[in-house]
Amino acid sequence: MARAVTTRRKTLTTALAWVVGLVIFFPILWTILTSFKTEAQAVANPPLFLNFDWTLENYAVVQERSNYMRFLWNSVILAGGSTILGILVAVPAAWSMAFVPSRRTKDILLWMLSTKMLPAVGVLYPIYLLFIRFGLLDSRAGLVMVLMLINLPIIVWMLYTYFREIPGEILEAARMDGATLREELLYILTPMAIPGIASTVLLNFILAWNEAFWTLNLTAVDAAPLTAFIASYSSPEGLFFAKLSAASTMAIAPILILGWFSQKQLVRGLTFGAVK
Amino acid sequence: MATKASRSAARLMMAPAVVLLMAWMLVPLSMTVWFSFRKYLPLRGGDLGFAGFENYGRFVSSSSFWPAVSTTLIIVGSVLVITVVLGVLLALLLDQPFWGQGVVRILIIAPFFVMPTVSALVWKNMFMDPTNGLFAHLWRLFGADPVAWLSEASTGSVVLIIAWRWLPFATLILLTAIQSLDSEQLEAAEMDGAGPLQRFGHIILPHLGRAITIVILIQTIFLLSIFAEIFVTTGGAFGTRTLTYLIFQRVLESQNVGLGSAGGVYAIILANIVALFLMRIVGKNLDA
Repeated sequence: MARAVTTRRKTLTTALAWVVGLVIFFPILWTILTSFKTEAQAVANPPLFLNFDWTLENYAVVQERSNYMRFLWNSVILAGGSTILGILVAVPAAWSMAFVPSRRTKDILLWMLSTKMLPAVGVLYPIYLLFIRFGLLDSRAGLVMVLMLINLPIIVWMLYTYFREIPGEILEAARMDGATLREELLYILTPMAIPGIASTVLLNFILAWNEAFWTLNLTAVDAAPLTAFIASYSSPEGLFFAKLSAASTMAIAPILILGWFSQKQLVRGLTFGAVK
Repeated sequence: MATKASRSAARLMMAPAVVLLMAWMLVPLSMTVWFSFRKYLPLRGGDLGFAGFENYGRFVSSSSFWPAVSTTLIIVGSVLVITVVLGVLLALLLDQPFWGQGVVRILIIAPFFVMPTVSALVWKNMFMDPTNGLFAHLWRLFGADPVAWLSEASTGSVVLIIAWRWLPFATLILLTAIQSLDSEQLEAAEMDGAGPLQRFGHIILPHLGRAITIVILIQTIFLLSIFAEIFVTTGGAFGTRTLTYLIFQRVLESQNVGLGSAGGVYAIILANIVALFLMRIVGKNLDA
């Protein structure tokens, strides 16, 4: 905003904004701090802020006891696999809808969006049954498919809104010069589309990473990602705050970092281009 | 101008996405509808034949149906009110110039990236635990008896956990919308002597109208199917059983697939009513 602001007012705003920001962030901060405490320090009253003996012990214990790496690896495969697969399916679709629109393009887009509105619980049993029938229960392959399908509408939509911003004249000029469809895709569209594709990948990786309905209901041990790993902490055994915190910190850290890069894409992706 | 060849190529390129989504929608959906008309108990004899509308009747006449509906409405409604009201205020605050804007924005958006099982467990144990939680420490500090949040104030606690995750989402979208507001219009209003409240009521709020509608609709769709937050905190006990959770219990816990599927059909219809409004707004935007 270009209006002149007094320093006094700016100072007040700064103070207020920081207080609000820290209050909202506090649970995350507290989790990270607690992960470096011993279990006794984690439940100390009065609570310890920074004045405790920092230890990495919890991280070692979590890894040792629960084989954290395996869950992490599953999360990476599920989120990464479903995103890559989704992009492979969605790029051609979004490309054709953005550059060769027909009368039905809008209907198809809206219909795709409507599949996203289907409440998961409404089709829980059929999917469960199909998974059993085809031996997919607790398999990464099955879950990659499901996560890809639930995010496919968002991927198509995001790519579509990005592709539409690429000026069509460039493509027409290329066509006039005799470029084939393949050349058009490879040499003109791909370089211009890469930023949009990267943003889409980022947001969908985050969404798939945090998905906690299908990953909780369709996995047990072999394919269980971090969401399920954390849920297994819901039955407490004695003192465990510090370990819970260490496990939680490890589960959210990668995505927090990715997430901070994706604020803008988040708005576009989750409002289906309606707010930019 | 698109040629005939490029048209058929375009159709071919769309095919995988359309076919996959079509299958993803139609196959499970028709199975749910089919099951909803069967007496189907996998653990007690399997498919015991046609049941007509019995499941539909029994689902709504069961004693857990109306409590589940009201719990769902209370949770979704409270989270919506909290996130939209605080979201507007936060967006207004973050739109002001202040030192460290980038960092504060990051702090505020962060909860949205925390996976639901983590946020639920962190709140449940480290804040709401009646013995060792921070709230218990705080209550004792002021000489009050610690509250067993998740059993004594269960709905409110669940609302807090969910709202904490969705407030950043609302704030981010509303902030984006506020920033697209023409600042000259605000300055003109200020010069004409409009106070802050008038500027808010007559310029900012109307401008935000569409963004608020979108936030409400999108959140409603996600909130109607809230699962993990309840799964790891109360497991549906203490009056926190939502419609989604009730269906989950019918289908997977008590393995009454016919009954659960009828519930599923109700949930699908409910979600579609909300979706219809959202699609109309998004569709309008597509033409512009």
